Amino acid sequence: MAIFINENTKILVQGFTGRIGTFHAQEMIDYGTNVVGGVTPGKGGTEHLGRPVFNTVRGAVAETGAEASIVFVPPPFAADAIMEAADAGIKYCTCITDGIPAQDMIRVKRYMRRYKKENRMRLAGPNCAGTISPGRAMLGIMPGHIYQQGRVGVIGRSGTLGYEAAEQLKALGLGISTSVGIGGDPINGASFRDILEEFENDPDTDVVLMIGEIGGPQEAEGAVYARDHMKKPVVAYIAGLSAPKGRKMGHAGAIVTSFGESAAEKVEILKEAGVTIAPTPSDMGATVADVLSKMSNAA
Amino acid sequence: MDIHEYQAKELLAKFGVPIPRGGLAYSPEQATYRASEIGGSVWVVKAQIHAGARGKAGGVKICRSDSEIWEAADGLLGKRLVTVQTGPQGKLVSRLYIEEGTNIGKEFYLSLVMDRAKERIVVCASAAGGMDIEEISEQEPDSLLNVVVDPAVGMQGFQAREIAFGLGIEPELINKFERTILGCYRAFRDLDATMVEINPLVITKEGGVVALDAKMSFDDNALFRRPQISELRDKSQEDPRETYASDRGLSYVGLEGDIGCIVNGAGLAMATLDMIKYSGGEPANFLDIGGGASPERVQKSFRAVLRDGNVKAVLVNVFAGINRCDWVAKGVVLAVQELDIKVPVVVRLAGTNVEEGRRIIEESGLQLLTAGSLREAAEKAVTAAKQSPAAAA
Repeated sequence: MAIFINENTKILVQGFTGRIGTFHAQEMIDYGTNVVGGVTPGKGGTEHLGRPVFNTVRGAVAETGAEASIVFVPPPFAADAIMEAADAGIKYCTCITDGIPAQDMIRVKRYMRRYKKENRMRLAGPNCAGTISPGRAMLGIMPGHIYQQGRVGVIGRSGTLGYEAAEQLKALGLGISTSVGIGGDPINGASFRDILEEFENDPDTDVVLMIGEIGGPQEAEGAVYARDHMKKPVVAYIAGLSAPKGRKMGHAGAIVTSFGESAAEKVEILKEAGVTIAPTPSDMGATVADVLSKMSNAA
Repeated sequence: MDIHEYQAKELLAKFGVPIPRGGLAYSPEQATYRASEIGGSVWVVKAQIHAGARGKAGGVKICRSDSEIWEAADGLLGKRLVTVQTGPQGKLVSRLYIEEGTNIGKEFYLSLVMDRAKERIVVCASAAGGMDIEEISEQEPDSLLNVVVDPAVGMQGFQAREIAFGLGIEPELINKFERTILGCYRAFRDLDATMVEINPLVITKEGGVVALDAKMSFDDNALFRRPQISELRDKSQEDPRETYASDRGLSYVGLEGDIGCIVNGAGLAMATLDMIKYSGGEPANFLDIGGGASPERVQKSFRAVLRDGNVKAVLVNVFAGINRCDWVAKGVVLAVQELDIKVPVVVRLAGTNVEEGRRIIEESGLQLLTAGSLREAAEKAVTAAKQSPAAAA
């Protein structure tokens, strides 16, 4: 199963023929991902990486039946590309682009509400490493070979910290069902809560690792959801213990502005909700392993 | 990005927000001249720094004569003003804003922020003006009014009037208040702000409405389309270590410790700082070298980190995805050779081409410490910094 994408998912690359889009589309194809084509306005009708290029997402969906897309479009035009995907009937979209203005993302989120829930596109990102269902499909820019297939669900804001987790899990013989990057921007698509819900309903996931950071309310929302609606155990690590208040730590959204947004406060909120905390970033894998062994002992 | 009060006022005035008459001064002579241009008998000399709580720190002086203005200006210019928001090192005062005195009748609080939970612009107001927002939400939470703006249509007049009536504004001043609030909203929207704060917004004894203080911050991600805002950047208000790095396209935040950090990815960089703390050390900085780090970029990062004289050890932690470890390793070797680095350097590489990267480090013949895991890297860096006698510079 895995969530959002698997080996059969028909995938479209937006910003297909650009330098970055080309490089990562090739990596995705090499990984075995079912890339059915790409979109670059003005280059429709040509072929790129052995796949058809389309002028519009609507045209690409009509021709290929694409269900998911990945956006490599530069920041000034990325919001437009996401809305185009939402309007063309794409079901799942991840946006890699870093640097989209926050008000553009506010408009994107508002725009997506035009569609009834059952027709509404799911967006992950922007400013993330993408989504991977190891061994099945890679919709992102991660090094695919460090991910082992398995039954741990991973949700994270940061790309490289997610790689760190994947490597730790692999070293312990643990694999991943799907790893979803939700991105480091203040206004983003799916939240921790949204992805926790998907993993709770996924028969191929036993435990969820959420990797959060300072800034914003989404880790706390995720904690409340885990407490009230989840049977599966959740493990969390929150980065940014040493971040000073009011300073932006790399990600546009990694800034503590109000109560409950610091790493220490988020850890408290998660603990109170029954989430198991990985005490340091080097203990993410071991903490998941520990929770899994307690589960099998209990069963 | 932050700007000064006088800049925020000039911007807001263009959107119809009423502000007191005022002018900028870089010297006591200019300060007194500005006052004579403005006229009247009471003036306020305000230190322009990128931090609030200036009044309590002595950065705002009420003056009634030329000699008082001269004295206030002379005392403030060139001084580092320390407020509760600046940190102990304070912020340099190199500009003053001279403003006409205002006859304050009543003070209000008004702000617009980007609410991350609602994913919309939210307008907040309170009749408890003069206090900061933390104090208001602690002491008078019931006085806070909130209006959420629908991005599809923007803020409407009735929403501004609801705030004005909610604040208990006299009927004859409602129109002025409505125009002020809508002006702030339009400035926020059209200039890609992330925050507008008017504290206090004042009703004068003469029955006017005026923004007595103003603060604005802007979305760094939107600066590409706001060149007029980029121009307002004042580098004298930034940490010089950060200015150096940001001018070279590196994402850097200066901290107080002695372990310099070079990491790829913001999340991993934060986690690396955390791991240093857990291992008993203190990081000197946050630095994200970003994706596709070339050897030159790694070298630039070393330069930026080593400008901080407190650095006693450097930790390089790269988990290569798009990056390749062999490239990063070449950059480290190049930097250590060319920059004649005296402090110990710990290198942890993982991900794409890791074997090749480690081989380059080992065969370089340089005194580099290597680590396989993040924990080992942090521990080695902490030990190295404690044993290192020499500071970097």
